[in-house]
Amino acid sequence: MTRDTSYAAVMARKNEIMKNSMGLDYEVYKQGALAFDYEGMMNDCGFTLEDVIKIQSQTKVGNTPMFELKNITEAVRKIAPEGKGARIFVKDEAANASGSFKARRAAISAYVAEQKGYKGMIAATSGNYGAAVASQAAQRNLKCIILQEIYDSHGVGQPEIVEKARKCEAFGAEVVRLTVGPELFYCNLLTLEETGFFNASLYTPFAIKGVESLGYELVNQIRSMTGKDADVVMVTNAGGGNLTGTARGMLAAGSKAKVVACSVDLSGLHMASDTDFNRKSFTTGHTGFGVPFATWPDRADVPRNAARALRYLDDYLLVSQGEVFYVTEMLSKMEGMERGPAGNTSLTGAVALAKTMDKDKIIVVQETEYTGAGKHHNSQLSFAKKMGIDVRRGDPKDYVNGKSIVIPEKLSQIDGHWQDTDKLRRSYIKNAIKQVPKEEWTEADKNFVAEDVKKDRAWLDEVLKEF
Amino acid sequence: MNKVPAGRWVEIEKTILTPEQRAPQVPEDTAKTPYIMKVSGFLEKEAAIGDEAVVKTMSGRKVSGKLSLIAPHYEHSFGDTVEEILKIGRDDL
Repeated sequence: MTRDTSYAAVMARKNEIMKNSMGLDYEVYKQGALAFDYEGMMNDCGFTLEDVIKIQSQTKVGNTPMFELKNITEAVRKIAPEGKGARIFVKDEAANASGSFKARRAAISAYVAEQKGYKGMIAATSGNYGAAVASQAAQRNLKCIILQEIYDSHGVGQPEIVEKARKCEAFGAEVVRLTVGPELFYCNLLTLEETGFFNASLYTPFAIKGVESLGYELVNQIRSMTGKDADVVMVTNAGGGNLTGTARGMLAAGSKAKVVACSVDLSGLHMASDTDFNRKSFTTGHTGFGVPFATWPDRADVPRNAARALRYLDDYLLVSQGEVFYVTEMLSKMEGMERGPAGNTSLTGAVALAKTMDKDKIIVVQETEYTGAGKHHNSQLSFAKKMGIDVRRGDPKDYVNGKSIVIPEKLSQIDGHWQDTDKLRRSYIKNAIKQVPKEEWTEADKNFVAEDVKKDRAWLDEVLKEF
Repeated sequence: MNKVPAGRWVEIEKTILTPEQRAPQVPEDTAKTPYIMKVSGFLEKEAAIGDEAVVKTMSGRKVSGKLSLIAPHYEHSFGDTVEEILKIGRDDL
């Protein structure tokens, strides 16, 4: 029998395809129309933090170095008010097998796929996760298919994603290259159904558990290097998995540090627009993922998303493309580390924040990513110019996404700007009401929502009156 | 046209969805364009550029589409020198 492969028919089979491709039944965690047993789901995947670390050590993942960025700290102190300029540390996640922290997520997914007897893995991602899945699949002798959104309708590839395609192929994966559009998910479902491979979604409990080791390592490294705990951990935020996993690992290590999310502001650009696609110089770590995923995590490609940023973040800083490019160049020239710009989003946030914090405070930037042709700030800036973007030095606050990239003239201009996290929480609640009218919310739903936005019931009850 | 022999590493192209078949939520500009897929693999049977062809991909599955390229390769680079960033981190210049 030939199955109907039309868009509507495949999307209608979504839940069945998901269940078969993960061996995970989300129904058992359901506690209400909105509520589900989040901790139960995370714990049921059967891995302790020790298991995660052990699995990752089998495939060249984890135990990445932590470096103090003394020259950058010094430069920040020179432009900061007297007594200000926190110490900046960076965890060099580029040292993982595939060149980014995403290897942590893929490592657990690959282990599960192998244990459950799947012949291969599939992931739909234009990010570093593709190479991570490919690298882990290669080590566990699993086949691998990565689906990428890579070209606009003129066949022009985003240089960063072209490089990521190359890296996936280098690890022996098949890369399905697609034009712009949310139908990536449709293609993903079709390919899962056709092959019977494991769905290595970024948002399963396995994938998020994999990042917990990062937060755990980070806390212990800072303790042994400084004899203290970090005050702020700055996390580049896109889909929320990096933040969720890191924060959970930090909590497991007894950390009380503030978790600050940081994204590149790409407001004004539509993520599914063919024309906007190549008018942005960041393909991840930006608000185009960060905001929609924070305000409704369950838009992910799994029934319930294990990555839930608002549960864990304390503040949310936005930076501009020009600011990140400045800091990326600074990292090369002053610290002798050449790393990919998207991974330096949180470093840019840290530079902005450090000058407002006392000298004895500690900020940890929890990732870096590899760089190379296409995936380099010079490639991105050169490409932006070719796409007609005005690239210039100036006041970074003057940028207009899709039209200009303004690289700061000096370090003191790097400030970023705060995103109102209560506004994000309200957006989450608005989205929840769109799913289920508030009159139908049970006590379990209300408690779940309050917890999911890191607020108490009194706050939620007040906010619910507004809508 | 010259036929490409079986076994060569090639790229095929396929329209997955025509503009009319696209997801309802896509923005206006994207909705005007077809949804295109490109996949590389080993050519199963000899074919000319533009012919319908089947490839065996690195994951071992067979995919069909129009033969578009022989020995597809990468040309991405570090780009032209961007002079605007050269003095960053070098206050002495």
